[in-house]
This record gives sequence, structure tokens and C-alpha cells, in this order.
Amino acid sequence: MVAGLEVSDAVVRYGQVTAVAGVSLTVPKGQVVALLGPSGSGKSTLLRAVAGLEPLVDGAVRWDGEDLAAVKVHRRNFGLVFQDAQLFPTMTVGRNIAYGLRKLAKDAQLRRVDEMLELVGLPGFADRRVTELSGGQAQRVALARSLAPSPRALLLDEPLSALDTGLRRRLAEDLARILRETHTTAIHVTHDHQEAFTVADSVAVLHDGRLLQLDGPDALRREPATKEVAVFLGFRAFVTEHQAHELGWSGSLPVGSVLGIGPSSLVLDETGVEVPVVDQGYTVEDVEIGVRLPDGQRAVVSAPERVDTVTVRVRLIGGAVTPA
Amino acid sequence: MDRRHELSGAGRAAAWALAAAVPAAFLVVFFAWPAATLVARGFHDDTGWTLDGFRSVFTSRRTWQAVGFTLWSSATATVLCLLLGVPGAALLFRRTFPGRAQLRAAVTIPFVLPTVVVGVAFGSLLQPGGLLGGLGLDGTPVAILAAMVFFNYSVVVRTVGTFWARLDPRLADAAATLGHSPVRVFLTVTLPALAPALVSAGSLVFLFSASSYGIVMVLGESRFRTIETEIWFLTTQLLDLPGAAALSITQLVIVTILLWWGGRAQGNLTRALKLQPDVLAARPFRASHDWPLAAVTGAVVVGLLGLPLADLVWRALHPGGEFSLGNFTLLATDTSLGTGLWAALRTSLVTATAATGLAVTLGVLVALVASRRPRRRRARHALATLEAMFLLPLGVSAVTVGFGYLITLNRPPLDLRSSIVLIPIAQAVVALPLVVRTLLPTLRAVDPRQLEAAATLGSSPFAVLRRVELPHLGRGLGLAVGFAFATSLGEFGATSFLARPDNPTLPVLIFRAFGRPGADNYGMALAASVVLAGLAGIAMALAERVRPREVATW
Repeated sequence: MVAGLEVSDAVVRYGQVTAVAGVSLTVPKGQVVALLGPSGSGKSTLLRAVAGLEPLVDGAVRWDGEDLAAVKVHRRNFGLVFQDAQLFPTMTVGRNIAYGLRKLAKDAQLRRVDEMLELVGLPGFADRRVTELSGGQAQRVALARSLAPSPRALLLDEPLSALDTGLRRRLAEDLARILRETHTTAIHVTHDHQEAFTVADSVAVLHDGRLLQLDGPDALRREPATKEVAVFLGFRAFVTEHQAHELGWSGSLPVGSVLGIGPSSLVLDETGVEVPVVDQGYTVEDVEIGVRLPDGQRAVVSAPERVDTVTVRVRLIGGAVTPA
Repeated sequence: MDRRHELSGAGRAAAWALAAAVPAAFLVVFFAWPAATLVARGFHDDTGWTLDGFRSVFTSRRTWQAVGFTLWSSATATVLCLLLGVPGAALLFRRTFPGRAQLRAAVTIPFVLPTVVVGVAFGSLLQPGGLLGGLGLDGTPVAILAAMVFFNYSVVVRTVGTFWARLDPRLADAAATLGHSPVRVFLTVTLPALAPALVSAGSLVFLFSASSYGIVMVLGESRFRTIETEIWFLTTQLLDLPGAAALSITQLVIVTILLWWGGRAQGNLTRALKLQPDVLAARPFRASHDWPLAAVTGAVVVGLLGLPLADLVWRALHPGGEFSLGNFTLLATDTSLGTGLWAALRTSLVTATAATGLAVTLGVLVALVASRRPRRRRARHALATLEAMFLLPLGVSAVTVGFGYLITLNRPPLDLRSSIVLIPIAQAVVALPLVVRTLLPTLRAVDPRQLEAAATLGSSPFAVLRRVELPHLGRGLGLAVGFAFATSLGEFGATSFLARPDNPTLPVLIFRAFGRPGADNYGMALAASVVLAGLAGIAMALAERVRPREVATW
């Protein structure tokens, strides 16, 4: 028996389309697993199946070993947070949060509401109308509403995707803190790997309804299970051990593997290999210089300043060990 | 640059003002003026201003009975319609199953049936010797209520259903994950969210029920009277015009309060909701889960909607218990009712066609003007007022319209009373709100960014109107024509005042035949009802085929 949430060989179909094609994963109690994948990869569908909102065609969802197939949505005690809050428009913030607390006495409900608002950083918001909230505030209230009844697991369906970038970063950190503080078992669906790495203990990468890899962020970065995973994480160029060594790399690759080169794999180095500059682009933090590797692939080097030369010298210091 | 398309800003505004002025003038002459004259008549007698009309009418017990019965029957019918219609809306708009489109169209048929036909159908079903005669409901208010619910069921299904279809299903999902059973989720989250649609549908049903003159005339058997039948009684039987005017004003006040309150409540309730632009909330029908919806809706469709119509057709074809076309041949040849079937049919078709042309032409102008999106607040308010103005005839009794014509358009400068022209005009006034309500959503559905895109691609405002907006309008035109035609064809309230004895329309003919003793007359009423229902049904079926998706309500 597995303690916590266990999904085994789950299959979900919409008519002829198979959205989830036999996914198995476990979420130990108190852990946060991110479901990461491009749109259409089946991650939201899998989450809805765990919540009981989509019927499984095959496979099972279990909690502490108990099969939940016969347990209706409202008896599963799984909280769910949507991309666009889905606050009840006819109720105040406080009544939204108290909605799942009907088993508590009135004064206990009020205390719990205040406690939750404190937790999500919106103290004193209980009497606000939900129409008065900004997008970020609405998401915080939605989180408070889902956490209030102390669900045994929290399911987050792209909860930050509708927010602007700066707010998303900040809320992701808040979310990670809140989930840790409350020891919440959670599945966090996202298409943003940065967000997944911030919030989750481990990350499950989904593609076309299949689970490609479930690992910690570090393992995922160092050794992606497939090339698809590596590409999705931002590794765009792949070189053999021989080519890697020519670029100044000193490690060694297992047989049948290539090294994925990501944005932080190459550094500028006066003693490195000279490569032509293809293009240059800005990010907030630095300049990303596109270079052409000796075998013709394009790779990116981060630099503090724009360069004026037609070539730069680079050295390969790391990368993702990827099956060829 | 092509100068001809480069109307100046002032020129454009003038063009729009003209487009608004034509229908507004029509409404003033053929609706506001008669109605206002009626109001004045209520306060005025030969000697001067007076409240005598009111006094005599409102000291009469008969009046209070009529007002009381109007309010009671309309309120009860509204509650029943909402109770039965909400499961219907859920089934027809939140579930998908084969035949759903056909079922949606089928429940709309009663709404376009002439009230007289509905009255005849229920009368035939419930009278002693009728299929349900054993229930002893003949001559009770139950027959009237059943007919009102029959008539208005689709109003609730469509109004609530289309709103519900746009409600994000994840709202209910969120409530379910918070530990509430489906029933509690419905009561605490879904129903409050549906409130704007419920208010809107409820106030419409109340209005239509309160003005379902034909139903009460046929089924009330002079025992049950509403404000409208009382207006008819005072006008035509007692020639008490001040009294009738006082009652018309009472009705006008009730209707205006209701429209105002309904609009306000709706505005307040809708603001907070984020509606989905598209219909994506429906999920497949699951018998294990959805059987209560199917059971309620099935019972309504078969028992309440299907049975009276089937019974009507059956009885029309079985005079004296045996299958025969006797009723129809009699109808086609008899002239004892002042005219024969063919003449009445021709009159009906001619007036309905003329009324449709008039209503659709004016409705297109109103919809085009009302769908403008001006920047200035005052201009926006003016458009909202314009729109509301054109919905008012919906709530004002057709009887009031007909009666108003009788007392205003009977002397110079406009002496039209002896002219048959008045009938299509009155029918157009009645149909115009429906046309506007059908066409406006198609124009409002045009994303403003599409218009902006067209403008940035080099189209002048006129070209944008012609190439982007008019094609949208065209999609709603078929339905508008169908509605206008079916409504005009079955119009009875105003027409019964205006039709000349020797030249009745089909609904008037039915009412005459129904009111006369004898099996032959009754048989002819049944047969004529079948003919009229058939024509209205065909008109709507054709219109349904071209119904655009965003046009939802009646």
C-alpha cells in the first residue's frame, strides 16, 4: 500500500480522443508533485480525473490504498484550484472561504476564514465582494477557499497562468511556502518549468497523455529521461561526447547518450572555442547570444553585455545527459 | 480617396438619427399616441378632467376580481413555468444527446401558436367528453393555468438554458470539490448564479400570462376574467370607454413597474458573473445520473405540450367519433361565420405578410441603431432608452393597442378605422419587439475588435457596416421573419378589435365559431385551429433552420 495519492495506469478519453493514456504516479503525503507539460498534454485532464470530475476509462486513483472509483467528487475531500479562481460571484470573500466549512459551527467558521486570509496574505478581506479583487487576490482567495476544509490533497490546475509574469513569480514562491507550512499533499499542474521547479518537490513531465519522467528538479535537469523532456526544459542543441570535449567539456557520457546544451551550459571563456555569433537578444537579467556550434546547431550563451564582435569564444561547462 | 464614402462625422450622426427617427415615428403614431389618448380618455369626460372613470371602475367588485385573477393566475403560471422549465433548460442546454436540436425546436412550437388555438386545444381536452374530461377540470382555473404554462414553457427553457449554457461548469466543480452534494451545489451556487435569467424569464412569463387574452376569452367562459377581457367587456359590451381606459392604464402601470424592476434586478445580478462566450458547458447525457431531468422534461413535453396538440388534431379529424374530413370540408364551404375559410385565410396571410414586412424593416433599423457603441455616456443612455422603448409594446396589452386605435385613428388627420390597413399595423407593433430581440443579439455578438480590424484594414465606417455587420444581421433575419409572421398570423388581441365583421382573420374566425352553439361550429373551430397551428408551425420550422446560435430567447 502506498501512503498518499496513487494514480495507476489512468486512461481518460473524450469520445475518440485519448487525453490521458495510461499514467501512473504517486504523491507521498506532504509532498508536492508538479504535472508539467505543453498545452494538450493531458495534464489538466489527469487532474480532473483525480478530483473525480472526469471518469476513468481504465486504471485507478487510490488514497492510502483505497480505490476512489466509487467515491463521488464531493466525498473525496480533494481541494481544487482553477486557473481563473472560479469564486462564487454571489458571495463575499468570507462566504466563499467558508463554503466548504459547513460542518463547523458559525464562530469556528469565522475564525477559520480569518486564519486562511492571514495565511494567504489578505487579512481583513472577508467582507469584500469578489468582483472587487484583482486577479492575484482572487487566486489567493481561491487557494484559501480550497485549503480551509483541510483537504487531504490539493489539486492546482494552472493556478498562476492567468497572472502577469512578475506576480506569477511572487505568487509561486508564496504558494510553495503555504504548501510547505500546511504540509499539504498537492498536485500542481503547470506549463511553466520555472514555476514547477519553484513549487514542487518532484516534477512529472507529460506529453501526449503519457508520463515521460517523474523526478526531482535536479535529476530532471541533469538527466532528462528522453529528448522530448530535454527539449521541453529548454535544451535545444545536442552533442556527442567527442563534440562536447572539443567544446571544452571534461565529463564523460554513458554509451548511447548525448549532452543537451541549455542556456546555462555554455559560458564565455577567452580560452574557449571560437564560434560565430548568429543573433543576440535581451532578457531582463542578461543578454542571450545565439551562436553556431561547429556542427551547425544553434546554442545560446548568457552574457552580461552585448558583444560587438562577429565571433565569441565559449566553453561547455555542463548539460543534460540525454538518451540519444 | 473615394469621396462618396467619406461622410463627415456630423453627416454620419445625421444618417443614424434618421434611421432611428423612422421607426420612432412609427412607434409614436401607432403606439404612443393611441396609448396616450387612452390615458387621457381615462381622466376626461365631456365636461372636463375627472377621475370618474377610475372611481366607477375601481369601486366595482368585478374589477377587483379581474385584477386579482390576473395577478394570481399570472404569478402561479410563472412559478409553475420556472419549476418545470429549469429541469428542461438543464436537459436541453447542459446535456448533449441525439435529437437535442429537434427537441429544442419542438418545445418552441407552443410559443408561436395563436392563443386562441391554445385555448381551443385545452378546452377540447378538458371538456366533458374530452380525453381528460374525467378529471373535472373543465371551467376551472386549472385549464387556464395549464394553457398559460403550455404557452410559456419554452420561454423559461430558452432564456434560462442559453444563460446556463454560458455559465462556466467549473464553478459547480469548485463547489463539489468543497464537499457539497450535487443538490446542494445546485441550490447554493448554480441557482443564485442563474438568478438574472430566472428574473428575466419570470418577468416575461408573467407579462405574457397577464396578457394572454385569447386563452382566457376561450377558456374563462366569462366566469374567469382578467384585466384584458374586462377591457374588452367594458369596451364592446358596455361601451364604457372611460372605464376601459382606466383599466388599460392600470395594466400599463403594472407592466411598466414589472419591466423596470426586472431590468434593474437583472442588471444588478448579471454584473458579477463572468460568462463564457461560447457553448462549451454541455456534457453527454448519462441516464444513471440525469434521469430526473429526463423524467420531468419528458412528462412536460408529452403530457403538457404534446397531448393537447395531438388531441386537437385527432378531434378535428374525428367529428362524431369517426375519422372524417367533414370538419375541414365544412370549414372550406360554410359561410355562416361571415366569411369562408378561404377568404379568412387570404385575409390572414395578406395582413401577416404586410405586418411582417413592416415589422422586419423597422426592426432592422432599430437593431442597427441600438447596436451602435458610442463613446459618450449620454449617447449610450439614449440608445438604451431607445431599445427599452421598442420593448414596451411587448408588455402593453394588444387589447390596449387595438382599443387605442379605435379611439384615435378614427378621425382626420388619420382616419384609418374603416381601412384594413390598421390590422397589419397593429400586428407589426406587436411583432416589432420580438424582431428587435431577435436581431440585436446577432449584432451585439460581433466582436468590436473585428470592426476595429476592418477599419485598420482600410474600410470606411459605411464599408464596415456593409461588409461586416450586415452579413451578421442577415443570419438573424430568417428567424426574425419567422417570428414576425407567426406572431402576426396568430395575433388576436388587437385584431379582434379591428377586424371588420365581414372580413375576419383566421383567429377571429376561430373565436367566432368557438363561441357559437352546435357541433358543426365547434368542429369548424377545431379544423381552423389545426390549419392555423399548421401555418404557424411551418413558418417557425422554416425560421428554426436558419436560427443563428447566439439568438436564444424566443
